Amino acid sequence: MSLIKCEKLTLGYDGRAIVENLNFVVNAGNYLCIVGENGSGKSTLMKALLGLCKPISGSITFGDGLKKNGIGYLPQQTVVQRDFPASVYEVVLSGCLNSCGFSPFFAQKHRAMARKNMELLGITKLAGRCYRELSGGQQQRVLLARALCASSRLLLLDEPVTGLDPKITHDMYSLISKLNKSGITVIMISHDISAAAGNASHILHISHTPLFFGTSSDYLQSDIGKKFAAADVNGVAGVNGVGAETANRGTRK
Amino acid sequence: MIDKLIYYYSNYPTIRYSTVVLALVSLCAALLGVTLVLKRFSMIGDGLSHVAFGATSIATAASFTPMYIALPFTTVAAVLLLRRRVGAKIQGDSAIAMLSAGSLAFGYIVLNLFPSSSSNVSGDACSSLFGSASILGIKRSDVIICAILAISVLAVFIFFYNRIFAVTFDESFASATGTNAGFYNTLIAVITGIVIVTAMNMVGALLISALITFPALSAMRVFRTFKGVMICSACISVACSLIGTIVCLLASTPVGPTIAIANILAFGIFSLTGWITRGRTAKNTNQ
Repeated sequence: MSLIKCEKLTLGYDGRAIVENLNFVVNAGNYLCIVGENGSGKSTLMKALLGLCKPISGSITFGDGLKKNGIGYLPQQTVVQRDFPASVYEVVLSGCLNSCGFSPFFAQKHRAMARKNMELLGITKLAGRCYRELSGGQQQRVLLARALCASSRLLLLDEPVTGLDPKITHDMYSLISKLNKSGITVIMISHDISAAAGNASHILHISHTPLFFGTSSDYLQSDIGKKFAAADVNGVAGVNGVGAETANRGTRK
Repeated sequence: MIDKLIYYYSNYPTIRYSTVVLALVSLCAALLGVTLVLKRFSMIGDGLSHVAFGATSIATAASFTPMYIALPFTTVAAVLLLRRRVGAKIQGDSAIAMLSAGSLAFGYIVLNLFPSSSSNVSGDACSSLFGSASILGIKRSDVIICAILAISVLAVFIFFYNRIFAVTFDESFASATGTNAGFYNTLIAVITGIVIVTAMNMVGALLISALITFPALSAMRVFRTFKGVMICSACISVACSLIGTIVCLLASTPVGPTIAIANILAFGIFSLTGWITRGRTAKNTNQ
C-alpha cells in the first residue's frame, strides 16, 4: 500500500482551479520532487497534502498507517522567525507537539527525541543558541530537526534551499539524500529542476496540469525534462554551479 | 518617605487593592505582549483599546458597569482583527486605523450627548483615555474580578505554553502537524480583549500599549530564549507597576502615565544591558 495516493485531484481557491487532474502515488522510501514554475500550483498541492486546504475534487488517500498530522513539514521561513527569541532546543522540541495528545507538557521521550534529531543533523552544539543568530544553513537544519520530531516517516520540504549559498545548498541536498537513504520518504518542492532530477527518485512536473510524473531518469529522457533541464543548466544552474554538477551526475546514471 | 508609604498602605485598603490589581493586570499584559509583539500585532492591541474606549462610553451613558459592555465588544473586535484572512480587501493596518478612529469619535460623541450623572464630560473622557487620576477609586469587587481574570490568563499561558510557542513561531508548521492554530489565535484574541478592558480602568485606553509592548521588547533585548523572554517580561512588568504605583503615591502623579514611564525607563536599561552583553559575546566569538 502506498503512503500517499492522489486521484483526479483538482486544487484551487474559492472554487477556481489552480491545478487540475493530478494523479500520483508516493511509496515508502521514495524521494519525490515536485517541480514547476512560480504560480504553477506547487505550494497549493503542498498545502493540500498537509490538510491546510481542501481539494475542489478528487481525493488524497493516506495509506500504510500514515496519519494526517504525521507529516514532518519544513516550511519556508517567515518574517516573524527572523528576529524570534527562541533557542534551537525550544524550536526542535516544538516539533514533538503532535505526539503530545492532550497533555499540555512535553514528556521525557519528547526531550530524548529532540536530542536524538539534533544529534542526527549535527546541531547538538547549537542547542542553547538563539535561533535568530544562526546562519541560513544552520536555521534550515534546525527546522529539519523539528520536522523529524513531527514525523520519522515522511518529510515534506518546501523549497529547502532558498537563499542558501551554493556550498550550503549542496550540503543540504546531500543531507536530505542521506535522510532518504535511511528510510524516510521525502517530498520536496523545488524550482531547481536539474538539482531535483539529480537527487530525487521521482519527479512530478506541474504547470496547472500535470506535465510529467515518473522516475527521474525517465524524466530526463522525456521531451519536457530535456527542455527544462537544458534551460536550467544554461540559466540558473550555470550561475550556481551545484545545480549543473548534480544535473550531470543525473544524466550519467 | 517610607513612613508615608506605610501610613498609606495601613490606612487605605483601596491603595492595597489597587496595587495588587495593577500588578496582576501588568503580569497578564506582559505575558500576552510577548506573543502579540512577536506576531507583529502590537498595533492591534493599541487599536483595541480605542474600541474599549468607545464601548465604555456607551456603558457610561447607559449607566452600566463599563466592564459588562466593553468586555464583549472588545473581545469580538479582537477576534475579528486577529483572525482576519490573508488577502482581505482592507489591509490589517488600515483596518486598525479605521476602527481606532471610528471608536474614538463615536465614544466621544456618546459621552457628549449623554453625559453621566457627574456631567463632567472632559473628566470622564480624560479618565477613560489616560486612566483615573488617583488610584483611590478601586473597590474590593474590582480586585476580585481582576484576580479571577489574571489567574485565568496565567493558567492559559501555563497550560498552553508549548502550543502558544508553536503557533507564534510558525503557524503553518503548527497547523500542518495537527495543532489547531485557529483555536489558539482566537484564544489569544479573547485574552487580548479581556486584558485590555481590565487594564483600561487603571491605566487608561491610550496607555495600555505601554503595558503590552514595553516589557516584551525590554526582555527581548537581553534574553534569547522564549521561556527567558516570557519570564523576564512578566518580572519587568510587575516590577514597573509596583514602582509606578509607589511613585504615584509619593509624587501624586497619575498612575497610568507613571507606570508607562517606568516601563520606558526599564526598556532603556535593558537595551543598554543588551548592547553591552551582546558586544561582549560578539568579541568573544571573534577571538
